[in-house]
Amino acid sequence: MKHYSAFAVAREALRYHTGWERAWRSPEPKKRYDVIIVGAGGHGLATAYYLGKNYGIQNVAVIEKGWLGGGNTGRNTTIIRSNYLQDPSAAIYEKARGLYEDLSQDLNYNIMFSPRGVMMLAQTQHEIRGYQRTAHANALQGVQTEWIGPERVKQLVPIINIDGPRYPVLGALWQERGGTARHDAVAWGYARACSAMGMDIIQQCEVTGVRSENGRVIGVDTTKGAIDCEKLGIVVAGHSGQLAEMAGFRLPLEAIALQALVSEPIKPCMDVVVMANTVHGYMSQSDKGEMVIGGGTDAYNNYTQRGSFHHIEETVRALVETFPMISRLKMLRQWGGIVDMTGDRSPILSKTPLQGCFINGGWGTGGFKAIPGSGWGMAQLMATGHSPLTEAFSLDRFKEGRFIDESVAAGVAH
Amino acid sequence: MLILNCPYCGVDAEETELAAGGEAHLKRFGPGSSEDEFHDYLFMRENPKGVHFERWRHSNGCGKWFHAARCTQTLEVFGTYSAQTTEPPKEIREAISAKRPGWAWREYE
Repeated sequence: MKHYSAFAVAREALRYHTGWERAWRSPEPKKRYDVIIVGAGGHGLATAYYLGKNYGIQNVAVIEKGWLGGGNTGRNTTIIRSNYLQDPSAAIYEKARGLYEDLSQDLNYNIMFSPRGVMMLAQTQHEIRGYQRTAHANALQGVQTEWIGPERVKQLVPIINIDGPRYPVLGALWQERGGTARHDAVAWGYARACSAMGMDIIQQCEVTGVRSENGRVIGVDTTKGAIDCEKLGIVVAGHSGQLAEMAGFRLPLEAIALQALVSEPIKPCMDVVVMANTVHGYMSQSDKGEMVIGGGTDAYNNYTQRGSFHHIEETVRALVETFPMISRLKMLRQWGGIVDMTGDRSPILSKTPLQGCFINGGWGTGGFKAIPGSGWGMAQLMATGHSPLTEAFSLDRFKEGRFIDESVAAGVAH
Repeated sequence: MLILNCPYCGVDAEETELAAGGEAHLKRFGPGSSEDEFHDYLFMRENPKGVHFERWRHSNGCGKWFHAARCTQTLEVFGTYSAQTTEPPKEIREAISAKRPGWAWREYE
């Protein structure tokens, strides 16, 4: 792998950019790998990367049905924060946020991490109490957040209307070190680093079956033939249920569409991320100037990567009240992704009933921000059989009643 | 936009008139059941990529609950039927079989 640097840019400028090489190889699959990861999204690639970097396991294949980073990694609203109430959530999301800070240097790939600050507006008395509680919990967890009043909100976000008639802004939970990153670059950066370690990223290759012997995984069947493996990691977000079925177990998940949209690009007007959970919308401004807007999930099971128009309408209607100036903006494009939702709205990072097979899924509407932490914990779990980061997110928590109930604690919007 | 025909009032209701109620025909397990049965009843859903039976409520209309058979992969609607059933009626199952030969969902086919 050639190192990216200012010097490399200058060198290539002098020779008509003929010296750049492909960021990652596209090899044919080998017959056998130590570890196969299904799903070349952010979480899958991060898992592979930390398996190689932290545990020296480099005989790894990452198999992808479509193209790399083309699922939810390329469809989210790129928000990074870790202001969660529950300890296990705060731990894994804060680990991720910390890793994001120097991920560009670590991967030698500019992921454009922008710690611009994330605020979650309190627009009801309940939210004030809830977010003040979260701020106190975060202080104990070592997550840097603070409760700020409406004047400070207005100061940070001049375009906001803090005294709307129905949902006035009463304050906010402010995480100054949260922000956004370039979502595609996260997948590309991990892919390039994995490829440089000798790992094989195999795109356009669908897994059609999971082979096992005596309750232990021995490989997968794919559209490019059978591949053997010692350990298997299923990291496929919306299609976790399908893969689990192939592996012979079930998951407490349902697949639902989540939509997002961007406006036409405008001049810089908002340099923080604002989330309004009561009215169910969140917004930030991309480097291109588009207002990136997301809302809640659709209400019913769906695998089509498109959602219902009225959810977009509801989200925009709510945001227009809080940000009157966006009422004149045109929508540039809208898209949907399939999120896998668990009963407690927290992810599953776990061993499974099939020996040697691990699952990382159920991130629901909030997976992007967790990518480095999720990969870190998942790699530890797969390499050593145990990880303090993932322990609480095991599959048996539903049976044991150990819910990590963030759908109530953190609001529904992610 | 998803349009479902309400089997009670006969209205072709648009999605904004309806409220989704999740998977239909759940078998309920309560006191006396095993832990596995109770766990599955609470958390395990079919989540199929294909034919799905659902509960819907005509909430901004007649207010009644009903059932719908729908495909989660194509968003095609196979039909709606009364909530006073414990399994999909024969005509709904036949309508699905005509379009999805060989489909199966739990014990129904």
